[in-house]
Amino acid sequence: MSETVERPVVTVATADVEMAGVHPDVDVVAMRRKPRAWRGALLFVLGLVVAGVAVAAIRDNGWVQLVVILVGLGIWYAGAAELGRVRFGPGFDLLSWLCATWLVVLVLAAIFAPLLPFGESEDLTKSILAPANATPDLLSDYPLGTNNFGLDLLARVVYGARASLVVSIGAVVLGMVVGGAIGVVAGYYRRAVDAVIGIGTNSLLAVPPLILLIALATVLDPTLYNIAFALSLLALPSMIRMARANTMAFSQREFVLASKSMGASSARVMLREIVPNVVLPLASYAMVMVSVLIVAEASLSFLGLGVQAPSPSWGNMIAEGEGDAFKEHPHIVLVPGTVLFLTVFSFNLLGEKARKRFDSRAAKL
Amino acid sequence: MALRTVLKRLGELVLVLLIVSFGTFMLISLMPGDPAVSILGEGHSPAEYAAVRADLGLNDPLFERYLHWLGEALSGNLGTSIVPPYVDVADRIMGALPVSVELAVLGMGMALLFSLPLAMISAHRAGGRLDRLISAGTFGVLSVPSFLAGLLIIMVFANQLGWFPRAEWSRLSEGLGQNLYHAFLPALTIALAETAMFTRVLRNDLIGTLNEDFILAAKAKGMGTMHILFSDALRPSSFSLVTLMGISLGRLIGSTIIVEYLFALPGMGSLIIGAADNGDFVMVQGAVLVIAVIYVVVNALIDISYGYLDPRIRRAHV
Repeated sequence: MSETVERPVVTVATADVEMAGVHPDVDVVAMRRKPRAWRGALLFVLGLVVAGVAVAAIRDNGWVQLVVILVGLGIWYAGAAELGRVRFGPGFDLLSWLCATWLVVLVLAAIFAPLLPFGESEDLTKSILAPANATPDLLSDYPLGTNNFGLDLLARVVYGARASLVVSIGAVVLGMVVGGAIGVVAGYYRRAVDAVIGIGTNSLLAVPPLILLIALATVLDPTLYNIAFALSLLALPSMIRMARANTMAFSQREFVLASKSMGASSARVMLREIVPNVVLPLASYAMVMVSVLIVAEASLSFLGLGVQAPSPSWGNMIAEGEGDAFKEHPHIVLVPGTVLFLTVFSFNLLGEKARKRFDSRAAKL
Repeated sequence: MALRTVLKRLGELVLVLLIVSFGTFMLISLMPGDPAVSILGEGHSPAEYAAVRADLGLNDPLFERYLHWLGEALSGNLGTSIVPPYVDVADRIMGALPVSVELAVLGMGMALLFSLPLAMISAHRAGGRLDRLISAGTFGVLSVPSFLAGLLIIMVFANQLGWFPRAEWSRLSEGLGQNLYHAFLPALTIALAETAMFTRVLRNDLIGTLNEDFILAAKAKGMGTMHILFSDALRPSSFSLVTLMGISLGRLIGSTIIVEYLFALPGMGSLIIGAADNGDFVMVQGAVLVIAVIYVVVNALIDISYGYLDPRIRRAHV
């Protein structure tokens, strides 16, 4: 493989964004004029008022309310971004902060889910009295509505986050530890070891990711452990390549030579000199990989091969809306869909930022 | 880029294919419990289970079984499905493959069609408002999983507007117009993510190219913007698109599979997902093998073709 053109790693969804080398400059509303505190504050408050009025006062089939809330949030965003630029200078990146906030809130909610005052998320016998297919209404008992069985969508989204995050993060960590170790060994010893590992990596990459998942799902029981194991196989090849490339770069450096000439063993050089340097780029790549695996898990569950209903996962919640249900009750798809999108988007954006900063391939030596 | 490189690549290709086929073959051994029990269900006599095991060849040594399976596969026999109606796996795959290939090609073509103008608009005034809008849009689209995008497209075009049908397919033999009409929404779903990806890459390359001296020369000669973009800048920037098509292939196959399931189209996706649902691992084995072979071979062809497309790479590897 090393003779052919070095090609970026193939991943399921979006990990190759960086390859484009595009700065994810998503801040469309960035203004060239000088930021003013009064204008920012005005927009900030106005946006909140519009969104608040929409939540409290508009009663219709939900669409108008949704649009007005979005408009309000847009105004608020413009105001908050301007305030941020006044306070922290022109480099202030509100979107990244919002993404980080979203992820923190999501993780906290997932951790403390059993303590939060939700409706029923899973047990059909307890939701008999609840309204079925209730439309989202932030001021009611079911802020994000209910599904066909009267189960609370907010609770299901949060418990779904548990499944998604545990499985994806677990898989990435597993892939990072195993793949990183293999990659460092391959990059350090080169020659035959590298060739064998390279063939193995190429073989793993020779099956398209989703096909690999489906094949494994055919024979394995859909438990969280098995799903995490299958997903970690997707993370493995790219982690190996990443660790290998970084190890090869660092092996040329003076501090490795110094360590070797002082008589350090290969194991010591790898553990003490190389691994600490390789961990950072791997960890920042792991952020992007998490979003790829969240999408993969959701796809698998959507196809009915991952987390099995009634246990919630974002994928199988979206699958509930498939067919006629979501013709009449679009929120069944839109609620978990939005959460999935926001999470993937946040991981992508922050992951890209981290990768730009820590990937040594881009850095000048 | 001598013959030797190509030969070496071919050797590697064969090795990888052997490993993949072995992995596919070993799929059955990952199954918890006795395969015979999973096939027949509980409550049969030990003799019946033994017969099924003998039928699957489970009593022979592993390597012998693999060689036998591989030999059969190479001669076009992928076995018989283990759940009713016990169809021939190879036949089913041959019937389903054209649908998937058509969808993938249409999706790819659509993506190219959309991304060329988008990337040019973006690169022409890089950093401008329109460029930022397109960059933000493509970044956002890349965060939408294909099954979600497909559902939203169905919601708008099939349910609300009612312009296109859902869950219907018409074979190419029933007329091109009908066929394309039914394939439009699925292909659009596939094209969405690819468009975003292509636009981002092509934009970047174009920006790089537009800074070159020969573009300045063309401008100095008084060439129009359109002429510069299409005739001078596009060609040197388009090599990375070829690379990108190779990289996109895995995702393309994934989204084709999901889209087929979503629109209930009779392609490889519906085939493999249906089989996975039924625990029909012989069918899954066959489908995985066929898809993996196609994937690996196409990737290798793309790899080899760079050298011929881009003289700069050819020189770098002599």
